[in-house]
Amino acid sequence: MKCQRCNEKEASVHLTKIVNGEKNEIYLCEECAREAGQLPFDGNNPFAFQNLLKGLINPDVNSYEHFQQVDKCESCGMTYNEFSRNGLFGCSECYNAFSNKLEPILKRIHGNNRHNGKVPKRRGGTLRVKREIEELRLDMQKAINKEDFEKAAEIRDKIKKLENEISTGGEGNVTEKSDK
Amino acid sequence: MSLRNQINKNLTHWISGDGPENDIVLSSRVRLARNLENYPYPSLADDEERKSISDKVRDFILEENNMNLHFINMYDLPELERELLVEKHLISPIHAKPGREKGVFLNDNETISIMINEEDHIRIQVLNPGLQLINVWETADQLDDKLEGKLDFAFSEKWGYLSTCPTNVGTGLRASVMVHLPALNFTNNIGKMLGAVSQLGLAIRGLYGEGSESVGNIYQISNQLTLGHAETDIIDNLSSVTRQIIEQEKNARERLLEEQGVRVKDSIKRSLGTLKYAYQISSDEAMKLLSNVKLGIDMGIIDNVDNKVLSELLVLIRPAHIQKINGKELGAVERDIKRAELIQARLNM
Repeated sequence: MKCQRCNEKEASVHLTKIVNGEKNEIYLCEECAREAGQLPFDGNNPFAFQNLLKGLINPDVNSYEHFQQVDKCESCGMTYNEFSRNGLFGCSECYNAFSNKLEPILKRIHGNNRHNGKVPKRRGGTLRVKREIEELRLDMQKAINKEDFEKAAEIRDKIKKLENEISTGGEGNVTEKSDK
Repeated sequence: MSLRNQINKNLTHWISGDGPENDIVLSSRVRLARNLENYPYPSLADDEERKSISDKVRDFILEENNMNLHFINMYDLPELERELLVEKHLISPIHAKPGREKGVFLNDNETISIMINEEDHIRIQVLNPGLQLINVWETADQLDDKLEGKLDFAFSEKWGYLSTCPTNVGTGLRASVMVHLPALNFTNNIGKMLGAVSQLGLAIRGLYGEGSESVGNIYQISNQLTLGHAETDIIDNLSSVTRQIIEQEKNARERLLEEQGVRVKDSIKRSLGTLKYAYQISSDEAMKLLSNVKLGIDMGIIDNVDNKVLSELLVLIRPAHIQKINGKELGAVERDIKRAELIQARLNM
């Protein structure tokens, strides 16, 4: 079996990492494994905020993610490696470029990885309408539980109308309509 | 110029010491981090890009007549003046460091400050005296709406408002209160409180921000998490924890008087004595003693000193302010002497 990092030498090291019950396995050659092992925990105070944050972003040298750091943001040129060293993004596009790796990181930092707060009126896209639909669904369920089927049907029609708006209208238009 | 005039001249609204619960809560603050689409973040942007960002925001704010904000270019400001803004908590220490295309918008009584090209392109801050979290949030929210009407903020449906540091993503909201907790400290209950608060997703720092020790029994409590909760939930959570801390501090003050009344009264009066007659005094010692005096005023032990001394002096005795009030640069020893004079003049007002 070839090393999954350099894809050249024969893999002789087998790493297993279990994060939140999810098992990740990777096979490496001795050289790649050693190289990874040499990454120091830099800074004088290992518990300084930035260092702890770096630890979260780049958890440890044995982690699966560590060996796949070829991601680069096309917009500003920042690589995932650079991001994991500084703990700071280069531009807003970095979020898309590192999207896969960010999900667990944001979850570790915030205990959550979905925005639940304010949505900008003009630039919020369809999110406002989607939130409205979610709320209507809850209302509909309540009406059904109370066996008020007339009201439930009314809400169902409203939901359909909003869903149509999302699929037919442009993002900006839909937001404006729902505001009026 | 009289001292009162000097103080008023330097007075930013929050240090007036007014506002609800002002015997314990010195100030309430909200900060929103926002970035413009299609520009690299300030740390990566070159001078030209930073200028373009700054011009864009500036053009918009100055065009809107009803915003009543004036712009200060940090590059044009001498170091001492930049330090004054830090001491008043209107800009961050990082923002005061030399660099091009950094600026701040302020309103007349300095309750609003909008930093340009700090860690993020835009940081909206609203700061009021006393416990007024809902109030400051609403003002910041309205300012944000106004800016969003014209500027394209980087926003993702999944992750909300995008920011330079992943610890600010989502709401971009940091809400905080500055609280004076002498009795909880005196009765050795502060450690317990800190532990409990941190379990509720809140962080506690000293007076001068991240990594600073508590000076003069003053603490800043703020939300730690920005992603996954609505802004109003974050504000409500911090408000209700602050209210509980206020209760605890009040109880501790009562217990302190009942159980150690003589010792406490003696300590408070001695503090006032030292402040009144010292020839020189360091910032730290002054803060410690002023904290005692403020406690004495709030508990009715001292009745001939203005309740606002702590809020006012905690800003005015800092190095940049001492030098500004005296109209010249001063060495450390001279500052300690002038600080003692300033405190005495203020206590006698």
